[in-house]
Parts: sequence; structure tokens; C-alpha cells
Amino acid sequence: MKARAARNRLSGRWLIAALPYLWLIAFFLVPFLIVLKISLSQTAIAQPPYTPTLDLAAGWEGLKAFLGQLSFSTYGLLLQDDIYLFSYLKSLQIAALSTLALVVIGLPIAYGMARAPARTQAILLVAVILPFWTSFLIRVYAWINILQRDGLLNDALRALGLIDEPVAWLASDTAVYIGIIYSYLPFMVLPLYANFQKLDETLLEAAADLGCPRWKTFFVVTLPLVLPGLAAGALLCFIPIIGEFVIPDLLGSSQTLMIGQTLWTEFFANRDWPVASAIAVVLLVLLVVPIAFYENVQSRQIEER
Amino acid sequence: MGRRFSVFNLVSVALGIAFLYLPIVILVIYSFNASRLVTIWGGWSLRWYAALLDDSALREAATNSLLIAFASATAATVLGTLAALALSRLGRFRGRLPFVAMIYAPLVMPEVITGLSLLLFFVAINLDRGFLTITIAHTTLTLCFVAVLVQSRLAGFDRTLEEAAMDLGCPPLRTFLTVTVPVIAPAIAAGFLLAFSLSLDDLVIASFTTGPGATTLPIRIYSDVRLGVKPEINAVCTIFVAVIALVVIAASILTRRAERRQQISAC
Amino acid sequence: MRRGFTPWADPNAKPIVRFDAVSKRYANTVAIADLSLDIYEGEYFALLGPSGCGKTTLLRMLAGFEAPDRGRILLAGEDIVGVPPYRRPVNMMFQSYALFPHLSVFNNIAFGLKQDRMPKAEIAEQVGKMLQLVRLEGLADRKPHQLSGGERQRVALARSLAKRPKVLLLDEPLAALDRKLREETQFELMELQSRLGTTFVIVTHDQEEAMTVAHRMAVMNRGHIAQVDTPQQIYEQPNSRWVAEFVGDVNLIEGKLAASANGVVLEDAQGRRFRAGDGAQARPGAPAAFAVRPEKLKLALAPPPADTLNTISGRVVDIGYLGDVSVYKVRLDDGATMKASVTNATRLAERPIGWEDRVWLSFAPDAAVLLTA
Repeated sequence: MKARAARNRLSGRWLIAALPYLWLIAFFLVPFLIVLKISLSQTAIAQPPYTPTLDLAAGWEGLKAFLGQLSFSTYGLLLQDDIYLFSYLKSLQIAALSTLALVVIGLPIAYGMARAPARTQAILLVAVILPFWTSFLIRVYAWINILQRDGLLNDALRALGLIDEPVAWLASDTAVYIGIIYSYLPFMVLPLYANFQKLDETLLEAAADLGCPRWKTFFVVTLPLVLPGLAAGALLCFIPIIGEFVIPDLLGSSQTLMIGQTLWTEFFANRDWPVASAIAVVLLVLLVVPIAFYENVQSRQIEER
Repeated sequence: MGRRFSVFNLVSVALGIAFLYLPIVILVIYSFNASRLVTIWGGWSLRWYAALLDDSALREAATNSLLIAFASATAATVLGTLAALALSRLGRFRGRLPFVAMIYAPLVMPEVITGLSLLLFFVAINLDRGFLTITIAHTTLTLCFVAVLVQSRLAGFDRTLEEAAMDLGCPPLRTFLTVTVPVIAPAIAAGFLLAFSLSLDDLVIASFTTGPGATTLPIRIYSDVRLGVKPEINAVCTIFVAVIALVVIAASILTRRAERRQQISAC
Repeated sequence: MRRGFTPWADPNAKPIVRFDAVSKRYANTVAIADLSLDIYEGEYFALLGPSGCGKTTLLRMLAGFEAPDRGRILLAGEDIVGVPPYRRPVNMMFQSYALFPHLSVFNNIAFGLKQDRMPKAEIAEQVGKMLQLVRLEGLADRKPHQLSGGERQRVALARSLAKRPKVLLLDEPLAALDRKLREETQFELMELQSRLGTTFVIVTHDQEEAMTVAHRMAVMNRGHIAQVDTPQQIYEQPNSRWVAEFVGDVNLIEGKLAASANGVVLEDAQGRRFRAGDGAQARPGAPAAFAVRPEKLKLALAPPPADTLNTISGRVVDIGYLGDVSVYKVRLDDGATMKASVTNATRLAERPIGWEDRVWLSFAPDAAVLLTA
């Protein structure tokens, strides 16, 4: 009797999880399964523009016919045309290099923030969070103002006498890198800062007391201790950068074709839903490793709390 | 020794902040430029703001964005708070792992994938695309952010407060409403604001899930931006940035106050 | 302390709290092992023990936050196992105080009364009384974060007393206060308890605190009760080596019992014989120990007369000056050490006994307690 009461209380508590759980299954998990299914279909001039479609009214036979028509031919298509491989590799390259740059730029900023006086820290924190909340689109757009042919950067460089002719900054890899680093910097700085900040100051004093010079302390004590934050920040940047669409679309050229753009074009311009879905599935497979790694880092941080 | 804020620290922070703000500041300044040519300074003027008032399509897009942001943030706050409670209070229940994965994955998932999958889903279930579909899409994405935010507050929540309430004769549900909710309220409010601003900001997912008559502000800005820089867009962006800045500052004040409370109750 | 207040000695007295063969396990560890205990109305009862001994679990079972795996818990004769915390007529003062950060002092204290749907006017009156009781009259509108540590402690106390509980549970209530304030508060709690007549059950790891405030205390170890008695009995008449060593400082002389006509005689490994005044069923040949508190050892620079009982000699190896007393560590010739404490009754610049001095320790037969457990 007591056991039953306990179980009833438990099932009541289950309702708490049920609503968000069902929501996520319906609008996150099921849509992925649909993407997977469509990636195994063929393009067709129809509405929706692919075949086969599952006819539930036909029952078991319909399902069998449906399954029989699924094929991996779309994935073969991805291999045949260089553009897909090129986009994947370009995305990986841009994500890797900009993440590296973000680590190099983000580390001293986060370190400096954490060592600022306490009151200043609170202000700096808001200052770093603020652009992270302002529109992504606007921040990218702001760079168009600066980087365009007769924009402020060229004006400034000309005024300084560094260049004679305006440089075409826009529509280049450089512009894409600048845009990405600019947009993702808060994602790198915030987790790093959190780790620097909870670092026990007496550890540094202990290292100094034991004769370790300051610069060396940073590398042998500080850095290893903020590694979880570094990993979280790097993954938080690397993963979404791979699928980035807005930045290369507005700042890049045809040479900076990233996979997000290719997917977008296949879907909106070519209306090739199976290919777009196959691109998404392959991209997801590529991202499974870093995402799993990221979740591992996150859950470990949660458990430490 | 204590904390020493060295010259190196100062320079790196100053450069970092400058890098983050310079483009936005330039954008804001140029929104007051009287000249139609974006690169030539023609003196201060509000003409582009005045021009906005006449742009009914833009107004409509802004209204759509605000309505969607409000609706999705409300739904996401409820669902996200429930998810956070489930994560921090139900222990290691069966099915917890996939639940955690589904909450953390959207945070890093490329938006093109989320957008594409939701659109294909809406097509599959034959739901007409528009206001409702964008709202559902934004709710799905932002509920995860709310869940993470509220969960971190619950992790620092002093459970003895709930025990104290029950000890004083308060039954569990009432304890939750009169003690737990007020204490984590700032995190819930911050979660709502975050969801609101994320929804307001989103371009990619909205582009996939939008339909006739449901053009949002980012979709509108994006189609304008593709055609090049226009001074009106500078003005729209400035208003957008100002609104977001106010919201974030309000949110950070709320969170700080909550943290102070938390520190007190912890000691 | 009320003179002659000894309900535990009265066979007809009904306990207000009774733990009856209570057991509780967590995953792999035994928290409470078949424990029985009676606490009487009006008692100030202390649960004392090292961390992890189960004292807090016991308290939380009484509050209803933990359920026993086996056994009964009776409150005023009724089994309360299974009754949720919010339906129990006991209240708890938490170690962290657990003040609601979003409520004022007034509303914190009124919280429990509101749960009983007491009329507003009565709530105000009762809260007023409570504020007066803990001397916080002017602070009703403050929020917890605007209070000092001592004030918060008082609010927590007032809140837990406001409902006039049958039993007040105090979980390390003074742990967060500094020493001076803690001692003051101990006496205030005692005064309050005897004025209200409420049964107090306090959990503490601080033996001085337990001995100061409690009528009786239970010394706990690994989920068992090692001894329940008045502080004086526990200190002067410990029932085991463990209790003797846990409560206060003690010298243990290990040996075997020897036959004797009067009193008890213990012979140690060196063949030295010691005599204690009493000790009932002493079985000759059985292993046993004499426990002698350091303040009951006499310390002398010259050998006492030859017929003095219970004399040992050694060398001073350490002197600890504590202000009111000095503690001398003496290494005996067989290598064992004993501690003797001497009251610093005079204000001497130089202590007469110094390092490396040869000294003689002796104790009266009634100073030693025979321990067989």
C-alpha cells in the first residue's frame, strides 16, 4: 500500500517530464526521421516534390511498396558532383581555422575579464553578452558597411597611406573569417571566462610560492584548469560554424561555398528536397562526433556543480 | 599577491570590447547620416527613421516578429521550465539520456538542419506554413535554452527551503508555487527574455518555416541586405539593437539579484 | 536546569517521542541500525556523534524527510511513519536556516501559521510575540539578506517556534555562528526551552554544546546509540572505551582484571597493578581498561609516599598552555603517553614543571572508571 502511494506520486511527477519530452519528440526527433526518409527518396515534379510518398490508406501493402522504393541513389549523387564534397571540405576548413583563431583571440580576453576588479567584471560580462543577444544578421550586416569597396576600412587604410587602390574585402574568404570570428567571439569568451573566474586564486599563489614564474603558472596551472571551458567554447563555435549560412552568404564569394549554403540552394532554388535532405543527413553524421563530445563536456560540468 | 590586472589584461580586454562594439557603433552612427550614399557623411539627420514610418511592409514584418517572439517565448518558458524541473528533480529516470540529448542538441545544431527538418515535417503532416509553424519552430529551439538556464538555477537551489516549507505545514504543490517558483522566478524571466530575443533574431529557421503573410523582420532585412547597404536598414537595425540592449540589461539585473539571493540562502 | 526533572527515571512516564527498533539503509551503507530511543516531554535532548553517525538521519526521520525501512516512530503515542512532513506537529530549525529569501522576516515567521489558515489578526499577534521572544522587534520588514548571521539564526528559531510545535528539532543550529555568539546563544536557547517547556531535540557534533544545553544526550556511532544519559553521567561514567574517548579527553590503561578483596584491581602488561573504587561484576582474568580523565591525574615532581595507590612515573614530553589549564603529556617508561591537566590557579611566569622533567602521576581509586566494552 505504501509502495503504491509512492508509485502514484512518482507517476504524478512524470507528467512534468512528459510535456517537454513529447514536444521534443514531435518537433525535433520526428522531423529528423522525416529528413532521413526523404533523403532516401527521389526527386519528382509533384507536390510534395519527391517520390515515393507513404500512402497509409493502402495499409501493409502500401508500406511494403513504399519501403521497396526507398534507395540510396541520392547519396550517390552527392558523390558524383564535386560541389558537395567541396562544400563539406570548405565548411570544415573554415570552421577549424576560425575556431583556432577564436581560441587565440578569446583566451586573453576571457583571462583579462576574469582578473578585472569585481565591479568591472559585472559590466564586462554584460558588455560581452550584449552583442551575443543582438541580431546575428545585424552584426553581419554591420561588417558589410565596413568592408565594402568604398567602405570605412578602405578609407582608413588609404588615409594611413597603407594602400593606394581600394581592396576588395567583401566576397572573400577574409570577410567570411572576420564575420565568423566576430559573431562567435562571445560563445568562446563566455565559457572560458566562467572557468577562469571560478579558478581558485590561492592555486596561483601556491604556484608562485613554490617558485613558479607567472607566465609559466599560466601554462602549467591555469590553462589545464580551464580546459573544460576551452573545450566547451571551441565546440560551441565549431559545430554551428560548419552549418553556417548567413555569414558566407552575405560576406563570401562563390569560392567560399559552405555546406549550409549548398543545402539552402538545393532546397530553395533547385527545389531538390531529397538532395537537401541527404546533405543534412551527411552533415549530421559529420557532426555526431563533436556533438557527442560537447554533450559529454556539458554533462560533466553539470555533475561537478 | 591577489588579483593583478596587468597591462596585458587591460589591453586584451579593451581590444576585445572595441572589436565587439566598433561595427555596431559605426552602424548606429551611420543610421543618423543625412546622405543617401552610405559611405559619405552628410551630417546628422533622422530622415531614415522618418522613412521607416511610411514603410508599411516593414511595420507589418516587425509586428509579425514581435507576435511570434511573444507567443513562442511564452510556450518555450513553460515547456523549458518543466524540462528543467524534470532534469534536476526526477533523478535518473528511464529515458533521461535521450531527453538530455534532445535538449542539448538544438543548442549547437546548425540552423539549416533544424529549419529543413521542421519544414519537411510540416509538409508531411499537411500543416499550412505561416504564423503557427514559425511559432512552433521557435518554441522548439528556444525551449532548450530556457531549460538550460532554469536548470542551472535549480542546480544551485537550496532544497532545504522546500523542506522548511513542508516542515511548516505546506503541502508539496503549494510549496512549489509559493517557495520554489518565486526563488527561481528571475531565471524563468531571464529565460523568457532570451527566448524572446532569439526568436526575434532568427532568420534561417523562420525562412524555412514561413508561409504567405508571415514575413518576419529578419527575413525582410535579409532580402533588403542582399541587394546592398541601404540607410533605412541602418535605422531599423539601430532600433533593433536598442530594444535588445534594454532587454538584456534588464535581464542581467534580474539575474544578478537572483544570484545575490542565492548566495544569501546558501550561507 | 529544573531540579529534579528526571522523567527518564520514572517507569510510569510516557515518552513524547519513541524510536522503536528503527533501521534505515542507503544504497550500501547502514544509516540507522535497529535503534530504540525514548525522549520525554519537556526534555532538552541532544544527539551527539561524529559526522556520518546517523544523528541527522534520525532527526530527519522525526521531521518526516526520511522514512525508516523498518521499525516504528511514535509521537505522543501515535505511529507517524508515513505521515508527510507537512502534517506533523513538529518543526525544524535548519542548519542553513533555510529562510525564504523572497519573504520578509514577518512573512517568514508567519509562513507556518498561514498554512494553518489562521486569521490575519492572530497571525500578526503571534508573529509579534515571536519577534519579541527572539528580540528582533524592529526587523519585521527586512529581507533575510539584510540581516546579520546572528539575526538570521533568530528568525529561523522564531519561525520554527511560531506554530508551537510539540517537538522542536534543531539541526546544528549554532554551527554557523562564531564562538562567542554561539556560547551566548546556547544559554538563551536553554532559557527559552525551560520557559516554553517545549521538547527540544538538537543534533550537534560539538560535545561542549551538547553538554551545556542538554538534559540528556545520546552519543551515536555508526547508526547505533553508544550511550544515553545525562552529560555528567556520560562524562564521569562512560560505558565504553569509544564513548570515553569521544566525549572529552581520557587516558586508557589497558590490562587484565585481577582478583581482589575490595574494589577492582587491574594489572597491565608490565605487571603494574591499579585499583578502582567500584566496578560491580568484575571477572578476574578478563581484559579491561581503566579510564582516567586528565584533570583527575595528580602530577608531582617528587615521588609520592611508597604506599600511594595508582602511581606511574614518566618524563614530560610536551606542555600545552591553554590559559585556564595546562596540559602535560607524559611519556611513561614503557613508551605509552598519558595526559594530565593542571589548573593554572596562580599567575606564574614560569611553570614549576618543565620539559624533560621526571614526574609522578597518581589518581584516586574513585577517579578511574572500569571499562570492559
